[in-house]
Amino acid sequence: MKHNIKNMAHSLPATALALIMATLPARAQGLDTAIDGFFAATTTWFVNIIFSNFPGTSFPWIVAWLVAGATVFTLYFGFIQFRAFRHSIHLVRGDYSDPNDAGEVSHFQALTTALSGTVGLGNIAGVAVAVSIGGPGATFWMILAGLLGMASKFTECTLGVKYRNEYADGTVSGGPMYYMVKGFRERGLPGGKIMAVLFAIFCILGSFGGGNMFQANQAHAMITTVVPFYPGWITGVVMATIVFLVIVGGLKSIARVTEKVVPFMAAIYVGTALIIIGMNYDMIGSAFRQIFVGAFTNDGVVGGMIGALIQGFRRAAFSNEAGVGSAAIAHSAVRTKEPASEGFVSLLEPFIDTVVICTMTALVIIITGQLVSDPATGLFVLNEAGTQIQTVTGNSGVALTSDAFSSAFGWFRYVLVLAVVLFAFSTMISWSYYGLKAWTFLFGEGQTKELIFKLLFCFFVIIGAASSLSAVIDFSDAAIFAMAVVNILALYLLMPIVKAEMNSYLARLKSGEIRRYN
Amino acid sequence: MTRKIVVGYDGSETARRALDFAMARAKAEGNSIVIAHVLEWSPYSFLTPSEIEERHRRRTEELQRAETAILAPVVAQVEQAGIPVATVLRYGHIAETMARIAKEEDAAMLIIGRMGHSGFAARIFGSVAATLAQASPVPVVIVP
Repeated sequence: MKHNIKNMAHSLPATALALIMATLPARAQGLDTAIDGFFAATTTWFVNIIFSNFPGTSFPWIVAWLVAGATVFTLYFGFIQFRAFRHSIHLVRGDYSDPNDAGEVSHFQALTTALSGTVGLGNIAGVAVAVSIGGPGATFWMILAGLLGMASKFTECTLGVKYRNEYADGTVSGGPMYYMVKGFRERGLPGGKIMAVLFAIFCILGSFGGGNMFQANQAHAMITTVVPFYPGWITGVVMATIVFLVIVGGLKSIARVTEKVVPFMAAIYVGTALIIIGMNYDMIGSAFRQIFVGAFTNDGVVGGMIGALIQGFRRAAFSNEAGVGSAAIAHSAVRTKEPASEGFVSLLEPFIDTVVICTMTALVIIITGQLVSDPATGLFVLNEAGTQIQTVTGNSGVALTSDAFSSAFGWFRYVLVLAVVLFAFSTMISWSYYGLKAWTFLFGEGQTKELIFKLLFCFFVIIGAASSLSAVIDFSDAAIFAMAVVNILALYLLMPIVKAEMNSYLARLKSGEIRRYN
Repeated sequence: MTRKIVVGYDGSETARRALDFAMARAKAEGNSIVIAHVLEWSPYSFLTPSEIEERHRRRTEELQRAETAILAPVVAQVEQAGIPVATVLRYGHIAETMARIAKEEDAAMLIIGRMGHSGFAARIFGSVAATLAQASPVPVVIVP
C-alpha cells in the first residue's frame, strides 16, 4: 500500500501535466475522460472496501457503523441532543459568555465557521441523489440520522477541545489526531498513535475528496446547467487559482467575503424553499405522507425500504459529517474553558445542516413533482437503466435540485449557481484547513511542508472539476467515511471521559457555578 | 468630592482634543480621568478556520499594541499634569461599550471627540457620537 501511494504521488502530477500539455485545448473533452479513467483506476479498490456490503445483503457496513455509533452516543449520553438543545442556543446567543473574554472567538463564530464547512453541496446535490434513488422515504431516514448524529458531534467536539495542543504563541491545534494520542494515553489504552496516523491519512484524502474534488466537480456541473458545453478543466483552473490566492497567497479578503456571503446565501436558499413550500401548501400533507410511507414500505424505489434507508443515512452522514471528526478540528481552535460547552454548541450543526436545510431541499423536490410515478399503481417509475427514479427532466444530482427550484421561480436557477459555487468554495477553504492540520500532524509544521500540501490541494481542485461524477463522488464518500471508521472507534473508547465532562458541566450549570451573564 | 470623567480615546486628532478638554475640566474641578479605549468587535461576525486559530494570539497583540502605543503615552502626560488617571481597555461595539464603561465607573460625564464623518456614511453606519447622545447614562460632551 505504501508503495502504491508513493507511486501515485510521483506519477499523478507528471501524468496530468503531460496530459494537459498534449491535449490543450482542442481535445479538452477528451482530457476530462482521460482524467476520469485514470482516477477511477487508481481509487476503485479503496472505494470497494469502504462500501462493501454485509455478506449476503445489499447493506453497506459503513452506513450501519455510522448509525450504530450515533445511536450508542445518543443512548449513552441520555439523549443529550434534546436535553441540552435550549442550553446550546443560549450558549450561541452569548448568554453565558464572560464579557471580559470579548475579542476572543465567540460560540456563534465557532458554530458558523464549522457550518460553512458542512453546509454546501451535500445539502443541495446530495439530497437530490438520496431522493432520486431512495425516494421521498429517504428523507425520513436522513432526518433521523441528523437527529442521532447530533450526539456524535457532541462527543467528538468535546474531546477535540479537551485534548488540543496549546502552544506558547497562543495558537491551538486539535482534532481527532490529538484526542486519539492523548486520550488513549490517559486511559492507558494502546494504539492511539497508530489510529491518529490512520485518521490523519484519511483526513488528507478526505480533504482532497469530499472537501475538494466533489465540491469542484459539482460546482462545474452546476455552472454547465446555465453555460453548457464547456470543459471542466476551465472551472477547475479558475477555482484552483482563487483557492491558491486564499490559502497560499493569504488573500484573506476573498475568504472573508465568502464567509459573509455564505450565511446570506443559506438564508436565501432556505427562504426560497419555504416560499415554494408555502405556495404549494396543499401538497405539504401529501409530501410528508410520501416521506413516512416511503420510509417503511416499498414505494417502487431501488432496493425498496432498505434502499431508502441506506440513501438517507448515507447522504445525511456526508452532509453533516457527524462522527467523521472534521468538526472536532474546527471547534478545538476555539478558546474556551469548558470542553463540554463546545460540544453543546456543535450539536446544533447536524440539526441546522440536516434536519433543517436538507429537509427543505427534499421537500421542494417532492412538492414540485420532480419524481415520476405511475398513476395507476402509485409506485415510482424507474429510469431506463433502473438505477434511480425517473425524473421529469431526466436530471439527477444538483441539476435535479435546480429543476425543482426553478420550476417555481425561473430566475432561481442563476441564484443557485452562485450559491453552489460559493458553498463549494467555502467548504474547500474549511477542508484545506482540516487537511493541513492532519498534514502537519504527520509531517510536522514548516513553511515548505505546508506549501506542498496547499499546492496538492489546488491541483486536486482541477482534477475534481475535470472528472466525471461517478469516479469522484465514490472516492469522495469513501475517503470521508474512512475517517469515520477510525474516529468512531476512538469515540467509543473515550466516551467515558466525555460523560464525566458532561456531568460535571451540567452539575455546575445547575448549581449556578457556571453563570449566566445576560 | 472627586468624580470621574470618562474620555473616549483612540489616538486620533479629535480624541486628543477631547482629552485636553477633559484635562482642563478635571483640573478646574479636582476630578479624576478615566481614559477608555474600545476595540471594535462583534461576536456575530464571520471568521475563517485559520482566523479562529489565530484569534487568541491576535487579541493579545491588539491589546498590547493599544496599551503601549495608544494609552501609555497619554497616561504619562495626564499624570504629569497632576491629575489622577486610570485606563479601561475593552472589546465591543464602540458606543454601547462606552456607555457601559461610563455607568460602571459612575462617571460625572463622558467626553468624546467628534468622528468627523458626516452625511452618507454616518447615515448608513450610524455614528458613535449620535448613538451616545441618545443612549449614554451620563451627560455627554462631544468635542469638535
